[in-house]
Amino acid sequence: MTPILELDGITKRFPGVLANDRISLSLEEGEIHALLGENGAGKTTLMNILYGLYHPDEGTIRIRGEVAHIRSSSDAIRAGIGMVHQHFMLIPVFTVTENVMLGDETTKFGGILDRESTASRIREISSAYKLEIDPGARVSTLPVGVQQRVEIIKLLYREASILIFDEPTSVLTPQEADQLFGIMRSLAKSGKSIIFITHKLREVLEVADRITVIRQGQVIGTTTPQDADMGKLASMMVGRDVVLEIEKAKARPAEVTLRVKNLKVLSDRNALAVNGVSFELSGGEVLGVAGVQGNGQTELVEALTGLRRPVDGSIELLGTDITHATPRQITELGTAHIPEDRQRDGLVLSYPVTDNLVLNTYYVRPFAARAVLQRDAILDHATELVEAFDIRAPSPLVDVSTLSGGNQQKVIVARELSRPIKLLVAAQPTRGLDVGSIEYIHTRVIEKRDEGVAVLLVSTELDEIMQLSDRIAVMYRGQIVDIVAIEDATKERIGLLMAGIHPGDAGA
Amino acid sequence: MTNAEGTTKKAGKSAVGIFFEEVSRSSLIVPVLAIFSGLLLGGVIVGLSSENVYTMWAVSPIQAIGNGLKAAWESYVTLFSGAFGSPAKMIAAIQGGDGLEIRRAFNPIFESLVKSTPYIFGGLAVALGFRSGLFNIGVEGQIFMGGIFSVWVGYTFTGLPAIIHLPLAFLAGALGGALWGFIPGLLKAKTGGHEVINTIMMNYIAFRLTDWLLREPMKRPGSTNPISPIIEDSARLPQFFQDPIRFHLGFFIALAVAALVYWFLFKTKWGFDLRTVGANPRAARYAGMNIVKSTIVAMSLSGALAGMAGANELLGVNHHLSQTFSPGYGFDSIALALLGRNHPLGVVLSALLFGTLRNGAMRMQAAAGIPIDIISVMQALILAFIAAPAIVRTIYRLKEPKKAEAGVHVRGWGGS
Repeated sequence: MTPILELDGITKRFPGVLANDRISLSLEEGEIHALLGENGAGKTTLMNILYGLYHPDEGTIRIRGEVAHIRSSSDAIRAGIGMVHQHFMLIPVFTVTENVMLGDETTKFGGILDRESTASRIREISSAYKLEIDPGARVSTLPVGVQQRVEIIKLLYREASILIFDEPTSVLTPQEADQLFGIMRSLAKSGKSIIFITHKLREVLEVADRITVIRQGQVIGTTTPQDADMGKLASMMVGRDVVLEIEKAKARPAEVTLRVKNLKVLSDRNALAVNGVSFELSGGEVLGVAGVQGNGQTELVEALTGLRRPVDGSIELLGTDITHATPRQITELGTAHIPEDRQRDGLVLSYPVTDNLVLNTYYVRPFAARAVLQRDAILDHATELVEAFDIRAPSPLVDVSTLSGGNQQKVIVARELSRPIKLLVAAQPTRGLDVGSIEYIHTRVIEKRDEGVAVLLVSTELDEIMQLSDRIAVMYRGQIVDIVAIEDATKERIGLLMAGIHPGDAGA
Repeated sequence: MTNAEGTTKKAGKSAVGIFFEEVSRSSLIVPVLAIFSGLLLGGVIVGLSSENVYTMWAVSPIQAIGNGLKAAWESYVTLFSGAFGSPAKMIAAIQGGDGLEIRRAFNPIFESLVKSTPYIFGGLAVALGFRSGLFNIGVEGQIFMGGIFSVWVGYTFTGLPAIIHLPLAFLAGALGGALWGFIPGLLKAKTGGHEVINTIMMNYIAFRLTDWLLREPMKRPGSTNPISPIIEDSARLPQFFQDPIRFHLGFFIALAVAALVYWFLFKTKWGFDLRTVGANPRAARYAGMNIVKSTIVAMSLSGALAGMAGANELLGVNHHLSQTFSPGYGFDSIALALLGRNHPLGVVLSALLFGTLRNGAMRMQAAAGIPIDIISVMQALILAFIAAPAIVRTIYRLKEPKKAEAGVHVRGWGGS
């Protein structure tokens, strides 16, 4: 049988970069074909070519055996290609129906929007693929996982037969991701063909029929979940053997570094986001804070680092009360903070690497003498850290915006971990990063723990929490449901706690 | 392999092509081409507004177009000789040996510098605000406040030596402007009141305050006009030549202040604070910077620079306060700060351009009867090209810059 889609020798050059180097790929009807590669490997470029946003320098695209010239996204849609973008293309204040109609409005009486016929079509599609979507719901009120399903419905409504999912799980909770995989399987079963772009090994093994690994713009190989395992895929992706499990000795907790008592913090909407949280954290241990995104972790971290004022309770760092301290005071007491959103909070993108590496120490010696910045000292410092932390930058003087996500994160990690610190607050330290960078950052965090630093690790990636933590605190609706020692923690137990279910309650 | 391909590709191009490509990547090319396009389009407008074109059109369209081109050419010749002086006159004057004639011949170029000076101060004020993430539209009002404060010190204190009186009057001007920047800065920092709105309002207050002061407390005794008394000689910025050349010390003060602003913004930790808050306020907060303080300091300093523009004009040129001493320096400053990419050196260069154009246009108006407003049209055109670098890049087929460095350094209305 002819594959529904064939890419043959696709090459795309950008100034100084060969983004796609003679990539060939075939997609069978009803297949889930994973495209696996690190950030910057060329996956997204390839899909943008397929979707008509870029034009290949060489190579041909065939759809059902016929050569297709895709010059724009409307050509792609006409050819039956649809894409679920990493960042949703939805209008929040519109209803599901209105979003689905957008750009392809059905009308009656020559101009009146016919919402009802669209809505009933949505209902049909929704029930056929078990998407469970209410066409009348306003998009802004829907959880992220459901918004993604609205994106899928948009494609199905336009009768796309080739669906491209670009890093679809990066915004989802583990449960939502599982639901998505169910939907992808049922789509494939009914004859839709799916390209699944990701850098997450576990997901690929779970859902894909075939896996093609791309590295530096080239196809490294195609395999199947039956013939591959995580280790093999990771080394194909990175080009060397990768340590997936961090080896670490047992923690040797010292004295208590951070003491949080009955902390209450408001969210931006003045809701009680952190509602009476208490815990103690000792030097030399990692306390993981697990939980589905939006259960107060962000506000907790902001309160601990002085960015948000608690309304009640107390925070004590090495015997000093820091409940109402400023971020600078807290930093000067020896706190390092890897913020959740690195581009928004952790970096000044228009600044060079040098200045970002002294973003919170620029005002003290040796970087400033009286009020004058010491450019030589700042440059030496940067050169040293670029080397020590393996930051891939052509020069420390290039703007940090030109670096890849992994290297941007390394800039933050280098800045925060190169200071003498007592407490490390790391929020989503590896979100969106490739395997190599994740491995690197995990190793550095454990190194700091072994040096006696108290580490608070906030992450929505359960794997990460399980790997690095010595104790796990699970947050649900602003409270810590339970704190579990790593020896007693299983994925199931933590998963239940994340949903707010206390295993003890069920038994009693 | 990628590299090898890149080299061959480059070798295939002509040397000129490579040069043009290199230049087009530098940040200077867009402003330069914008100025060029603005002058070109301005010429078209001069041509189109020339009456000869229309009277001739019925007879011979080609002749009419020729007339238009001639009108545009002639007005540019008057513009530039008005701005820089005429070489023939200079030579003749030197040969003649008469001091007054020589000064007259060389006056245009000095007058261009005199006109540029307030633009340097004003442009620095706007640029410092932009760098700190603040859009100071209140420069015009701050110029008036600077004028009021400096003139008051200038005529009230008598008998002081110039070495004390002049700096005192000049700094009083800076203080007046700083006060007018401090208020919207405080409102922004403490209440979130948007500085664009508040500085516009502060402008009106400054204008009406000037009107009232000139009618009542600061009115020149015995005059029927709303003008202030003349300042003491000891408060005047010294002029370097005799009449009619008005070139004075203010120009060099402006250059020194520009260097100081550069040092402050890029070489000190305080400047690092301001620029970081301007570039990414959330990261600035994360890094422990005090956003409230930074906002207030930035607006006050911006106002102080604007106030210096007012002091410079009144202590250096006018020597008394009137309602019309600024022909909109403050508003033009916004445009020229953008043209100069909010960099002190860029500001000095574009201030020289604006001052020269304005001076040339005044003489063009006198000599060729072309209204001075044509300069406003040209400035607007240049600015439009600056604000939309995409247009310039399309017209001249330039490559996209690597990142969004061409963007305006100010946050949107919603974001703050």
